[in-house]
Amino acid sequence: MASSTTGRRAPARLPARRRPRPSAVARSAATPYLFILPAFLVYGAFALYPLGRAAQFSLFEWKGFGSSTFVGLRNYLDLAGDADFRAAIANALILIVFYAVIPLVVGLVLAAVLRRGQVRGMGFFRTVVFLPQVIALVVVAVAWRQIYSPNGLLNEALRAVGLDVLTRGWLGDPGTALAAVGFIGTWVEMGLVMLLLLSGMSRIPAEQFEAARLDGANAVQEFFAITLPAVRGEITVALVLTIIAALKTFDLVYMTTSGGPGNSTTVPSFEAYFRAFELREVGSASAVAIVLTLLIFVINVGVSRIGEREA
Amino acid sequence: MRRRNFLGSTAALGGLGLLTACAPGSDGGDGGSEAPAPAADEVDTDIAALGDITLTVWDQEVRGAQNDAIEALIGSFQEKYPNVTIDRNSQSFDDLQQQTGLALSGNDVPDVLQVNNARGDMGTFVADGLLTDLTGYAEAYGWADRFTPSVLGKMSYSSDGVTFGEGSLYGLAQTGEVCGIYYSQKKLDALGLAAPTTWDEVFSLVEAAAAADEQPIMLGNLDQWPALHVFGPLQANFVPAETIVTLGMGNAGADWTTDDNLAALSQLAEWGASGALGDSPNGLAYDDAWPLFTEGTGVLLIGGSWLGPDMEAVMGEDLRFMAPPAGADGKVATTGGTGIPFSVPSAAANPAAAAAFIDFITSDEAMAMIAENGGMPVNRTAELAPDSGVNKDIYEAFDAVSTEGTLLPYLDYATPSFADTAGATLQEVIGGQAEPAAAAEALQEDYGAFTEGS
Repeated sequence: MASSTTGRRAPARLPARRRPRPSAVARSAATPYLFILPAFLVYGAFALYPLGRAAQFSLFEWKGFGSSTFVGLRNYLDLAGDADFRAAIANALILIVFYAVIPLVVGLVLAAVLRRGQVRGMGFFRTVVFLPQVIALVVVAVAWRQIYSPNGLLNEALRAVGLDVLTRGWLGDPGTALAAVGFIGTWVEMGLVMLLLLSGMSRIPAEQFEAARLDGANAVQEFFAITLPAVRGEITVALVLTIIAALKTFDLVYMTTSGGPGNSTTVPSFEAYFRAFELREVGSASAVAIVLTLLIFVINVGVSRIGEREA
Repeated sequence: MRRRNFLGSTAALGGLGLLTACAPGSDGGDGGSEAPAPAADEVDTDIAALGDITLTVWDQEVRGAQNDAIEALIGSFQEKYPNVTIDRNSQSFDDLQQQTGLALSGNDVPDVLQVNNARGDMGTFVADGLLTDLTGYAEAYGWADRFTPSVLGKMSYSSDGVTFGEGSLYGLAQTGEVCGIYYSQKKLDALGLAAPTTWDEVFSLVEAAAAADEQPIMLGNLDQWPALHVFGPLQANFVPAETIVTLGMGNAGADWTTDDNLAALSQLAEWGASGALGDSPNGLAYDDAWPLFTEGTGVLLIGGSWLGPDMEAVMGEDLRFMAPPAGADGKVATTGGTGIPFSVPSAAANPAAAAAFIDFITSDEAMAMIAENGGMPVNRTAELAPDSGVNKDIYEAFDAVSTEGTLLPYLDYATPSFADTAGATLQEVIGGQAEPAAAAEALQEDYGAFTEGS
C-alpha cells in the first residue's frame, strides 16, 4: 500500500526536486507583459506620451506659455476651412509621387537591370547609390539650393546646351518649386528603394529564370512573371518608408523655400512648425500634427493591406 | 478574458492619465501681474558686491562686425567686474527667435536675452508677464539721457502688451539699423550717372541700368523677408510716414488698400515683372545675393545697414550707401530702428547684474567700441562716424533719418502673423502671381483682423 502510494507519488515528486517549481510570478498570466514592460516603458515615455499630449494640446488654445483655454474641437474645425492647411495636404500628396512612386518605378527597372548584369565592383556602386540616404538632409538641402539657384549648376548646364529659355530660379517659380523640392526627395529615396529591391531580387532562385527562359520568356516577361511578384514584400516596405518620408517632409522645405514662393511648397509638418513657433498657436499646430499622423497611418495601413493580400 | 482585462485596464489608466493631466501651461501663472517691475530706488547697481555669479546671455550677434563688438564688450565687462562670468550663447536670429518662447516659459531662463521688438515677440511676452519691466533701471542708470524717446518707444509696451510705442521699457538695444540703397560707384560711373537725389532719379537709374544690360537691383528673396526691406523704403515714396508707422506698429486707424499703398505695390510689381530685381529674385537666397553683388552683379542693392561691413570687405571703396531720397512728405523716411533689444526675463536669476550688463553695453564707451568694431551704434552716431568707407555713409544716413526724418518700423512688427503674410504676399507681387490690388487686400485682411480684434 505504502509502496504503491510512494510509487505513484514518486514521478510527481522527482522532477519537482530536479527543477524547482516555477514561481508564482512566472506562472501568472501577466508574465508575458512583464517581458514587454521595459520596451513598452521606453515606447510609452517617448512616443505614446508625447502623442497623447499633442492630442490633448490640440483641444486647447495655447501660446506655448502662460494660460490656456479649452476649445474642444474648434482647432480641427478651423483646419477644415483653412486654405493654407488644405494646400499643405495637397502638396504632401503630390510629394508622394516624387518620394515614393518615381523612386519605386525607376528603382524597379534599375534593380532588375543591375541583377542581370554581373557588374564588377557592385559593392562600390551600391554604396554610391545609397549615399544620399547617409547625408544629413540639411546638407542635402543646402547643396540642392545651390544647384537650383539662378546662377546654379542646373541653369549653367541648361545654358551650356543652349536651353536658355528653360533657365529660371527653380525654387522661386511657383510652377517649379514643388517639383524641385520633390525631385530632391526622389534623389534621396531612390538609393534606399533600389537596395531594398536588389536584396529581394537576389533571393530569387536562378532556376526560376532558367525555367522561364526555356519556356521562351523574354526579359520583360521574366520581369513581370517572376521578379515583380517575388519582391512584392520589398515593394510594400519601400512604399511604406518612402510615403512616410514624403508626408512628414520638413527639413527640405524649411531649408530650401520656407514654404514659398507664396505658399506653394508648404507641407503639413512645416505648417505645424510654423504655427507652433512663429504664430505661437500651439493648439492649431498640434491639430495639424494629429491630422498628419492619422493621414500617414491610414495611407500606410492601406498600402500594407494591399501588399499582404496579394502576396 | 484576462488579456482583455489587462489591455482594458491599461487603456483606461492611460486615458485617465490624459484626462487628469494638467491643461497645457496652467502651471505657468496667469498674466502680467507677476512681472517684476522694481522701482528706481529698489534697484541694486552695486554689481561688485554680488559675489561670484555667472550671467547667462543669449544673443544673435553672429555676423562678423556684430560678433566682434559684443565679444569685446563682454571682455571688458568681465574685466570691470571680475566676480561676474559671462556664459554667452549666440545663434542666428531665426534660431534664437524660435527658442525664445520655449526658453522664457521654462524655469531655467537666461539672464539676458535678445527679444525682437515685434508684437508677435516682445508684445506677446509682455502680455504674459515674461519680461522684466526695466523702467526702474532706466531711471537709476539714466538711460533716458542716452536714448531719444523715439528709439525708446520702439522697445516700450503698455504692461498688458496692447499698446506698442509707449508705456514701460522692456528692452534696450545697442545698435541702430537703417535700410537704404547700396550702390557700386564704378557701375554708376560707367552708366554716367550720379547717385540719385529723388525717387524719380532712382526709377530712371533702374531703366538706364537695364538698358545697359546690367541687373539694376540685386535681391535675394527666397527667404521671403528680404523684400520687406526693399518695399519699406519704396513705400515711403508713395505713402505718408505717419500712415506707415500706424500700419507697421499694428495700431488701429490705417488701411493697406488705399491708392498710395496700391501705387507702392504696383511699383514693386513693375520692378519684378521687368526684371529690375534680377531674373528670379524669389529663387535666390538672401545670403547668396549680397556676395553676388560684391562680385559685380547688380548696380544697386536695397537693404539693411548690417550688410555694409561684410560687403565692404570685398568691394572696398567701390561700395557706397545712401538713405533713400525724400519720400511722400518731402522728408526722408525709411525702414529701420534699433537692433534687437536686450531684455531681462522675469525669472532671471541675476536681474541686477543683467541690467548692469545692459547698461554697460549701451554706455557711451560701448557705443565707441561698437563703432570701432564696425557696427553702427544707436547713440552718438554722427560724432562716431568714421572718416571714410561705407560706414561713414551709413552713419550719416542713420543720423539724417533719425534726426531729420522718420525711422519707419519694420512692417512685420504689426501683427504676430504679418511676417508671413507680408513675406508671402510680396513674393507673389514680385513673381507676378498676385496683382497689387489682391496683395493689398491680403495685407489689409491680416492688419484689419488684428487691429479690430485688439
